[in-house]
Amino acid sequence: MFKKNKVNAETLDGYVSQGKWKEIWRRYKKSKGAMIGLIMMAAMAAALILAPLFVSYESATTQDFSLMLATPSAEHIFGNDGYGRDIFARIIYGGRTSVAIALIATVTSCIVGSMLGAVAGYFGGRTDSLIMRSLDIFMSVPDILFTMAVVYALGANFVNLIVALTLAYFTNYVRLVRSEVLTLSEQDYVEASRAGGANGLRIILSHIIPNAVGVIIVNTTLNIAKIILYEATLSFLGLGMPAPQPEWGQMLSEAREYMRNTPHLMFFPAAAIIITACSVNLVGDGLRDALDPHLKS
Amino acid sequence: MHKYVIKRILFLIPTIIGVTLIIYFVMNLTPGDPGRAILGTGVPQEAIDAYNHNLGYDLPFFQKFLNYLYNMFINHDFGISYVTKQSVFAEIWPRYIVTLKLAFIGVVISALLGIPLGIYSAVKQYSLMDTIPSLVSFFLAAVPTFVLGLVLLYFFSLKLNWLPSYGLESWKGYIMPALAISIPTAAQNFRFTKSSMLEAIRQDYVRTARAKGAPESAVIWKHVLKNALLPVITQIGMSLGMLLCGAVVAEQLFSVQGIGSLIVERITFKDEPIIIAGTILISICFTVVMLIVDIIYAFIDPRIRAKYTKARG
Amino acid sequence: MGEKDEKLILDIQDLNVIYKTDIETVSAVNGISLKIEKGKTLGLVGETGAGKTTTALSILRLLPQATGRILSGKICFDGEDLLTKSEDEMRAVRGNLISMVFQDPMSSLNPVYTVGQQIGEAIKLHNHDLSHEEVEGRIDEMLQLVGIMPSRKAEYPHQFSGGMKQRVVIAMALCCEPELLIADEPTTALDVTIQAQVLAMIRELRERLGTSMLMITHDLGIVAQICDEVSVMYAGKIVESGTVEDLFRGEKHHPYTVGLFNSIPNISSRATRLKPIPGLMPDPTNLPVGCEFAPRCEHCMEICKKEKPQVYSEGTHKFYCHLFDSENLKTGGSENESK
Repeated sequence: MFKKNKVNAETLDGYVSQGKWKEIWRRYKKSKGAMIGLIMMAAMAAALILAPLFVSYESATTQDFSLMLATPSAEHIFGNDGYGRDIFARIIYGGRTSVAIALIATVTSCIVGSMLGAVAGYFGGRTDSLIMRSLDIFMSVPDILFTMAVVYALGANFVNLIVALTLAYFTNYVRLVRSEVLTLSEQDYVEASRAGGANGLRIILSHIIPNAVGVIIVNTTLNIAKIILYEATLSFLGLGMPAPQPEWGQMLSEAREYMRNTPHLMFFPAAAIIITACSVNLVGDGLRDALDPHLKS
Repeated sequence: MHKYVIKRILFLIPTIIGVTLIIYFVMNLTPGDPGRAILGTGVPQEAIDAYNHNLGYDLPFFQKFLNYLYNMFINHDFGISYVTKQSVFAEIWPRYIVTLKLAFIGVVISALLGIPLGIYSAVKQYSLMDTIPSLVSFFLAAVPTFVLGLVLLYFFSLKLNWLPSYGLESWKGYIMPALAISIPTAAQNFRFTKSSMLEAIRQDYVRTARAKGAPESAVIWKHVLKNALLPVITQIGMSLGMLLCGAVVAEQLFSVQGIGSLIVERITFKDEPIIIAGTILISICFTVVMLIVDIIYAFIDPRIRAKYTKARG
Repeated sequence: MGEKDEKLILDIQDLNVIYKTDIETVSAVNGISLKIEKGKTLGLVGETGAGKTTTALSILRLLPQATGRILSGKICFDGEDLLTKSEDEMRAVRGNLISMVFQDPMSSLNPVYTVGQQIGEAIKLHNHDLSHEEVEGRIDEMLQLVGIMPSRKAEYPHQFSGGMKQRVVIAMALCCEPELLIADEPTTALDVTIQAQVLAMIRELRERLGTSMLMITHDLGIVAQICDEVSVMYAGKIVESGTVEDLFRGEKHHPYTVGLFNSIPNISSRATRLKPIPGLMPDPTNLPVGCEFAPRCEHCMEICKKEKPQVYSEGTHKFYCHLFDSENLKTGGSENESK
């Protein structure tokens, strides 16, 4: 499976070749689970983005006690909750917020963590020790407690939640990127590149980053699911976005009171959480297998 | 060898200080007013100020922090709860024990469930013994602890009425919370063990063992297992972190009187001393366990053991 | 063929091995035949990817279970076809009658067991009735044989250097005094000076124990030092075979062998450039229709591209090449030379 491109000795460009992404996509397509996950994710994304055309925010927040605990009907396809609010609308709008928070937090934690990891790996020595030791201490606090402390201190709103989640999850990336930088900078082709005249920055940009990107992407995708679950847990504990903003975790917390007779209150938010996380995990696993086929066989 | 152990134990102290610093710092980002909180609204401002001054509340941050550390280490004094006006330590300690018990049970169950399944799944890869647990664990990775807890509560408590829905009076009360936190962690242990086994099976020394004429069972149980389980030991230690997080949620859900539910409860009341103390105590627990795990690992892995004993070239 | 058979410790006949994955089928070994006489050493020479390791693994039936398939052929060890044996019977053979030493000593030993334990395992697997003292005594003996102090048997692999590790591996392989030792590039991963030591040790042990050997290497220097007979392998086929004299002093050679020799710097020649063989080995998932070497051969003829050659012999010296077809020998292979 050699790509017979002309290899430019200075930049070794030939090997990071054009066909790479097509090849990855081809391998990705082979996994049925990964394709299902992709479709599910796309469907959900469509639902969350387009839904406001069909369902209004008001129906998610307007209380109507005549509809209290109504089971699913034609007009309210998921039924109504303890305050008579339309569950379907709440799921949609809760989803928009939760997913948005999760996505942004994922990106920020990735950037912060990766930069820290790259600095630690590249500079080595004392900087490395300092960063890693601090990280160890930081990671001694179980994430949920730390997040609770942050939310307590800063208050619960959109930005603060993102900050709290970023702080909880950036540590994943530091170790990862640092070890990638360490192994990659010892690779022979980096030596060869140096021998061919390339300087430090160029090496980082053209060799280390493209190779680390794969691992980062896989981890990021898998982290999205974890952050969504984490955010749901926070809102379950009452630390999420304040009312009246609907959120899946918080919906489950309310549903708990009505569990005995109206389980459908519990079912829909739980299903939403599980399906979202499952589809993201399927895509993440599919990406991991597509990027490194050796792991499978 | 002893040097390593001592080194690690000594590092415990800066770690605990560091943890305390982080938490203390975060919590101090909001302006608080212990005097007002403790003495109540009817009291005049001068009294409040005097009280705050006595507590050292108006001192600069680092001095406050050092005072706190001093009290914490020397006097076991974490201050007074804003809500109950009692000693934080006295209030927290019994609940801390409850959480520790729950977490410990969680570690045992999740290890007993996850690790053997992971080993077996790797050995019988692609067979039914592999696909079923893999699918189940995949699914469970998408289910947060509280959802699992709610489902358990619904079926076993409401519908079947086998188990109590709150509290820990009888041993039955432990079952659901323990399961709620163990199952997701067991799934994680399963996946980790399986991948560690698969990684070990690919190694060259396995080929050497086969070339010696070793039967497949010896290859797996002697050669692969010992190598594969080493990282699993560390993973179990780390899983305690996940279990403690799960415990916080489970306590809330099943009304267990542990430290987690206490913290969650007091957040609404802005009871800082409790929150700070609770978080610190749990972090200390986690740190100590990780220390023990690292030391055990160093004893078992000959490569690390040799690094710290006299090595001959 | 009766007498000749008794002198042969290993007789491979027309072996075909493939690796089959979901995506493709790799033809690793395509109908090779090898013979090793008792007490002799056969060198199997070729570039990486020629199929040498696959051949070796096939003898012990250690091909990766998921993908390796032996399609056809016979592997006769001391008269018995190994391919007809059950897995239990093979296990009695491995490490006991036939041993193998692999290329990379750094990863061949299990890091969590001592060197003594690993050698001991090899001994105990095939000698169930030995007492503990006897096993320990044998371990000490083997270590001494390979030049390692027996007191080191309680040490772990990472405490040994590369060359020492390889000695341990060799000790493990020889502890049951096998009749055939398969060495797959045993010195390639070692420093040159250590290479020489290990090689000398292998030669000495071979003499002392009378072991037959299959030495796989890409280094012609090693072949010259240690082998009695040689087979040159290319793209899953044996393209030339003969005694060591045939190969090094013979007048005629397969074009690939010529290329191999030309690729080595020659201290006595005055040439200023090395002469590598142009091109790469053919894609094993898509082998050429005719001779496998045709695309790179200087003397390629029309027939080479269309038909696979036969094996032509001149005494002990054999060639897999159209050039040696008696007709072509007369014309000197001058028809239509083209690439």
